Amino acid sequence: MDNPVIQIADVNFWYGTKQALFDVNVAIAPHQTTAFIGPSGCGKSTLLRCLNRMNDLITGTRVTGRIALNGDDVYAPEVDVIELRKRVGMVFQKSNPFPKSIFDNVAYGLRIQGLTDKTELEGRVMKSLKKAALWDEVQDRLHDSALMLSGGQQQRLCIARAIAVEPEIILMDEPCSALDPTATAKIEELIQDLETDYTIVIVTHNMQQAARCSDYTAFFYLGRLVEFDATNKIFTNPTNKQTEDYVTGRFG
Amino acid sequence: MNLKRRQRDWQSVAFYAVTLAATALIVLTILVILGDIVWHGAAQVSWHFITGGTKEGMFDAQTAGVFPMIFGTLALVVLMTLGVVPVGVITAVYLTEYARPLSPITRIIRGAINNLAGVPSIVFGLFGLGFFVQFVGGGLDQMFYGGTLHYRKPALIWAAATMAVMTLPVVIVATEEALRAVPSGLREASLALGATKLKTIWKIVLPEALPGVLTGAILAVGRGAGEVAPIMFTGAAYYLAHLPNSWTDQFMHLGYHVFVLSTQSPDIERTKPILYGSVLVLLVMTFLLNLTGVLVRAKIRSRLQHG
Repeated sequence: MDNPVIQIADVNFWYGTKQALFDVNVAIAPHQTTAFIGPSGCGKSTLLRCLNRMNDLITGTRVTGRIALNGDDVYAPEVDVIELRKRVGMVFQKSNPFPKSIFDNVAYGLRIQGLTDKTELEGRVMKSLKKAALWDEVQDRLHDSALMLSGGQQQRLCIARAIAVEPEIILMDEPCSALDPTATAKIEELIQDLETDYTIVIVTHNMQQAARCSDYTAFFYLGRLVEFDATNKIFTNPTNKQTEDYVTGRFG
Repeated sequence: MNLKRRQRDWQSVAFYAVTLAATALIVLTILVILGDIVWHGAAQVSWHFITGGTKEGMFDAQTAGVFPMIFGTLALVVLMTLGVVPVGVITAVYLTEYARPLSPITRIIRGAINNLAGVPSIVFGLFGLGFFVQFVGGGLDQMFYGGTLHYRKPALIWAAATMAVMTLPVVIVATEEALRAVPSGLREASLALGATKLKTIWKIVLPEALPGVLTGAILAVGRGAGEVAPIMFTGAAYYLAHLPNSWTDQFMHLGYHVFVLSTQSPDIERTKPILYGSVLVLLVMTFLLNLTGVLVRAKIRSRLQHG
């Protein structure tokens, strides 16, 4: 792949003494959606959380190999994790809006960066909510609590919150696993729209979801990357027998 | 199949009766205490009793009032709260957000907090006299007043400090519980947006834990308002002609006043109404302080829930 935005090379990962990833190599293409699929415990979420170093929060974890963001090693000692996380945003499995107003949720990331100008804040909150396809539903109640929104709306709010700080990459960790089919469809549609501005990496349990909204798919099994290719190829003509069994639902 | 009950299970009935009796005993005890105090105290409590001083003699039921003691108790509780809440909250933040949960140091700190909670209050009184009055107070006098007496004496500030140390475990434990109840998803969301740990704690975790912090403060006030032993040597006065006008002054205190009335009165029968009246005022005051805390907490909770 030419000019990948993230290059994952020979990555091994340990929780204490238990190894969770084995020599993983994946390249993430810019302005494309890459899906990580595989059965529970295969390491897909662990790898995702290496990309913005959220695993740093868990004591006793260790990583070797190289993860480069536009050529810069994100695990290099001189890297500012705060700066990294501004460039690599994240949406979590369980929607986690702050117990604040809708507006304050989206403005949070901007405010902690020191933005105080009211008109600019309002403009960027509006832009983010529009991009997250939530604006029409909440424009009249921006100052209501975010906790009053439905599950699907909360998840789109979390996407808007991540977008507001203008990251290059958005990581999504099973963003639809707690949502009903209608809300899921909306998020999937949104993911396709977001591709024009962002690079997206999504972890999913849902094979159809990976097939529908990703350009590349990486299949993991027991901490190893089994196959990585264009989504089309993975789902119609996989090279590996294990991949074929998994995507056709024969195990997993 | 025969579904008919064969005979009563007397063991179950007996056990149920025992649990009921134990509960009734507690309720009865409280009712008797409260009833006795209200019954004997209500007649004494008048506008004059609450707002009056002790100019005519503190043992005279006709003229004596408890305003200086109400003032002193309130001042003590307010100063204590100002001292204990910040220190307790910061300690709890360290323990839940920074310290490694199973490290030996964390265990030692937790053990120390638990032990602090078990120390008898009179020991705190002596500690306050030795540490705050003599050591800290004496040190301040040496450093800033050339050895003349300003701080090396029982004072409102030292009584409040002693009381704050005594109630510290209550605030720490309550705050820790509140911090641990904050969903980790909120911390992750904040950190993933590029917030520092400090900003995450300050803007997300602490506001969410605020009702729990207030619970700690309420419990601390409840524990502190009625305690006499910690302030006996560190600031409470038997009798003062004036209200304290600085935190280096001594003060009168409702609880200590009750102690004085019941041990020092020349004629205990004549003092009895003041005694009951003072106890009733102390109870009502503690109740009102708690009620204020509970109302503030309810308000914060509803604000958290509705943005």
